[in-house]
Amino acid sequence: MPSLSVDVGGLTLHNPVMLAAGILGTTGASLRRAAQAGAGGVVTKSIGVEPREGHPGPNIVTVDCGLLNAMGLPNPGYKEFQEEIDFARVDGVPVVASIFGSSAAEFARIARGLKADAFELNLSCPHAEKYGSELGRYPDLVESVTGAVKASADVPVWVKLTPNTADIVELGRAAQSGGADAVVAINTLKAMAIDIETGYPILGNRFGGLSGQAVKPVAVRCVYELSSNLDIPVIGVGGISSWEVAAEMIMAGAKAVQVGTALYRGYDVFKEITDGLSSYLERKSLTMDELCGMAVRRL
Amino acid sequence: MKPLNAVIQEVRSEAPAIRTLCFDLDLDPAPGQYAMLWVRGVDEIPMSFSGENSITVNAVGDATNALFKLGAGSSVGLRGPLGNGFVLRGKKILLIGGGVGVAPLAFLGEQAKNAGISVTSLIGFRSSEDMIFRYRFQNLGDVILTTDDGSSGIHGRVAAGLEELDLFEFSQIYLCGPELMMWDIISRARDQADKIQACINRYFKCAIGICGSCCLDPDGTRVCVEGPVIMADRLLNSEFGRYRRGPTGGKGQCRG
Repeated sequence: MPSLSVDVGGLTLHNPVMLAAGILGTTGASLRRAAQAGAGGVVTKSIGVEPREGHPGPNIVTVDCGLLNAMGLPNPGYKEFQEEIDFARVDGVPVVASIFGSSAAEFARIARGLKADAFELNLSCPHAEKYGSELGRYPDLVESVTGAVKASADVPVWVKLTPNTADIVELGRAAQSGGADAVVAINTLKAMAIDIETGYPILGNRFGGLSGQAVKPVAVRCVYELSSNLDIPVIGVGGISSWEVAAEMIMAGAKAVQVGTALYRGYDVFKEITDGLSSYLERKSLTMDELCGMAVRRL
Repeated sequence: MKPLNAVIQEVRSEAPAIRTLCFDLDLDPAPGQYAMLWVRGVDEIPMSFSGENSITVNAVGDATNALFKLGAGSSVGLRGPLGNGFVLRGKKILLIGGGVGVAPLAFLGEQAKNAGISVTSLIGFRSSEDMIFRYRFQNLGDVILTTDDGSSGIHGRVAAGLEELDLFEFSQIYLCGPELMMWDIISRARDQADKIQACINRYFKCAIGICGSCCLDPDGTRVCVEGPVIMADRLLNSEFGRYRRGPTGGKGQCRG
């Protein structure tokens, strides 16, 4: 069997298929379950300085071609969350802590106080006031936040980018200048849905983020552009629901991929994707390195 | 699924703070399954079915109060039926319920009786004032009633009614109510836990098994899709009865 092991952004993963932030990452037990189901790495729910309850419901709407969510960054605060990370870390699968803050100082404070195998900076959530993409759409803020966390953390720092911008490469370059070890693309596309019986926006927060199949072509394009222009690795996320999509994302230049929305089918999705990738590499007589960025080299 | 528009056809008062709302939809839920009800402009909350097209709400928080106040002709958004409900097993069953948690059990009992199954009920309430569905249960078979204040039936908690019963007689036991009441029953009937189906509650946000807010320690069971009905032997060594997570995901106390 071909090896699926990858070195990406300072971590070694036994396979490139990770659990994405915000999906089944609220508890140590749910993270560990993803690791035991075959994820090559897991990313926690985004964690902030203080406890937050998140937005009122509905928090989620299934649309024709994906999922719309506005959870609102619910989390118990980084001090209380440490025990969840510790519980999840025991199986040797890297646990990446997704963190958010309203300033470089807040990000740095969490990075100093929380122990994880790496940090993923949420500079891209499209539906929480003062957080996420409200910072992450400005290249200078992306660079300063990344720099502040790099100066405070002794583990790799990844930056998750928003697609809700005219030029995602500019944001990727800012992360790279700030010292990021990798970028993760993409977070959800800002979106909404309306109840035509009553005219109410369905999500409690009105606006949310679109994920799943609908965003996959956008994600593939973003990953391709980023990997073509950056020196640091790119981790692809957005509509990874099968080994075929994972292969496409890796060809676009992703060193690893993250699965989110597809988890609605259950934890078996990790094994489905890794088994499929493995057979595919074997059939094509390719290594992961050869597959990675193949589309970028076909000019 | 986008929320369906569920129009309230009838409202029945069950107790001072408890009402049953009947909807115009043909949902065909299994007892123990739930719906996410969207009270527009307020919140979306999980509610167990108390009948084929009804839920029974106890006004305790913002969303349940808003739901409680809706009249016939009003509508809510509805996602459901969701989750795994109760499964009927054997010919002689026992229902054990507390408070508004008796609602899905009355629904289950009626299906069981129609299937020719013998039904015994042990139901408890804080006081006779809070009592609901007494006649629904009496129509099913033997009923043992408890009240915390002694205003009706046996004076004491639901578990006090266990003394009247030989649990070994029953092919299956169905449990729903406040968490500490359920935990009290499960811990006393530990040796029977493999035949107790418990309909439990956790903090649901997505209700499709992806957000993780309802996951049980230590195995990460997603209650919204793998439950809410869970065999009690799987709860014995879990967080159930010890702590529960709230809206932040942080651990808090179980409610009585």
